[in-house]
Amino acid sequence: MGEKVSLFKEDGKRTDDRTLEELRPINIRVGVLSNAQGSAYIEQGKNKILAAVYGPREALPKHISMPDRCVLRCRYHMAPFSTSERKSPVPSRREIELSMVLRNALEPLVMTSLFPRTVIDIFIEVLQADGGTRCAGLTAAVLALADAGIPLRGLVAACAVGKAEGKVVVDLNDLEDKYGEADMPIAYNPTLDGITLLQMDGIMSKEEVEQALSLAITATQKIHKMQVDALRERFSIGRRDV
Amino acid sequence: MSVTSQRPLISKLEQQELHRLLAENKRIDGRTPLKYRDLKVHLGYVEKAEGSALVELGNTKVLAAVKIGVAIPFTDTPNEGVLVVNAELVPLASPVFEPGPPSEESISLSRYVDRSIRESKTIDLPSLCIVPGRSVYSVYIDLYILDYDGNLIDASVIASVNALGITNVPKYSVEGQAVKKLDESFRLELKDYPVSITYAFFDDKYVVDPCLNEEYASDFTVSMTVKSDDRFCAIQKNGGGMVSPRAVMELLDRSVTLGKELRTLAYGQLTG
Repeated sequence: MGEKVSLFKEDGKRTDDRTLEELRPINIRVGVLSNAQGSAYIEQGKNKILAAVYGPREALPKHISMPDRCVLRCRYHMAPFSTSERKSPVPSRREIELSMVLRNALEPLVMTSLFPRTVIDIFIEVLQADGGTRCAGLTAAVLALADAGIPLRGLVAACAVGKAEGKVVVDLNDLEDKYGEADMPIAYNPTLDGITLLQMDGIMSKEEVEQALSLAITATQKIHKMQVDALRERFSIGRRDV
Repeated sequence: MSVTSQRPLISKLEQQELHRLLAENKRIDGRTPLKYRDLKVHLGYVEKAEGSALVELGNTKVLAAVKIGVAIPFTDTPNEGVLVVNAELVPLASPVFEPGPPSEESISLSRYVDRSIRESKTIDLPSLCIVPGRSVYSVYIDLYILDYDGNLIDASVIASVNALGITNVPKYSVEGQAVKKLDESFRLELKDYPVSITYAFFDDKYVVDPCLNEEYASDFTVSMTVKSDDRFCAIQKNGGGMVSPRAVMELLDRSVTLGKELRTLAYGQLTG
């Protein structure tokens, strides 16, 4: 690891002045793009992420279509300028894996049997990355689906929990993601009590995973409220474009 | 772009039978829900590799081979060896494997195995430095899926760790631009013996080590990698569906118990 990086200040607060269980400031807007059927924009810490949904539309190439349901297609992509070192725009192995993981996290929410032989395209573009992009991207993508008027079983809110210098922390920032001991992204739907995205890397004991899991549930419940508020804002009467 | 995959049709009858049996805690191949299939490990299967192992988990066959070379270290870890895991879903192993660039399944598999080995520090990468900042050993693990009958993840972790466990690293001398392979070699030392446990979910029930039909019929799978000290180093849910937090907590307990049993079976030949 080279030089020692400290993840906590002398007063016990995190590098960005948060407590262990505190989320970064989150700002969500729904319906931000003019061409997409549905779209959403999220800022979480220094993350800036756009999500857009096109469809349901004709499934092309034809062989991907399914006779009894719609197909979901998902792309998670990071802009070349989203990180400190330029990232090649060609999808990396990480982005290919995350596209799949995010599709799997969204599939159980969409009432796919209502739109046979069609495809719903979900695009997630990370404009600026600050740790926890897959989670913030997912939080936005669900809202883009809702904005597109696609029937959903519910929303999921996503948040990474993990471990930094032996302490379980919520909503890891870039530094904690890089130098912390563990990272566990989770997407959770509070009404259905279901986790649709679950990953972990790093080292955690059983007790730490359990603690992280319960902190993630509290954190995602908070984000869920913000999602609902953002949707209300979008569809409240008086908005010019509704 | 990740597209909803068209799973091969498993007949309605077979799917119903699977669910009916599961209601009585039975499975199509006669196992109980928490029983692994027979596991066979053949060490040193290919001699040209610095270390290799063929693992048979029921009818699933995975060959892992380790090749060692000399590489330039990554800039953020100038004093550490380089670990690369690659998985080939060889077309001869299954009608659903196609030739061509790596599929998302293959990428996801190799990345999970990579995390299991890297995070558990199974091999000590800082000890694989030749000239700091200039030359380090590269450890390539190539996973060859030879026959596909479900649960590639668990079989691949076992094959990789076994292959690493018998790996002889040839010594290299580096002077300026000249890299020379010497006649001596040293044994790669294993610091941990991680095992992955994979569960396939059917509504509120689950089975361990799913065979292919169970994998196809299931809602999703969850894999957890447990280190020798019972701590976790990788977890991943694969496939759609929702899992309750309570079920995840239950799996954590199960994985610690099952991990102990599987570790003895999987690495018996290495640890003696």
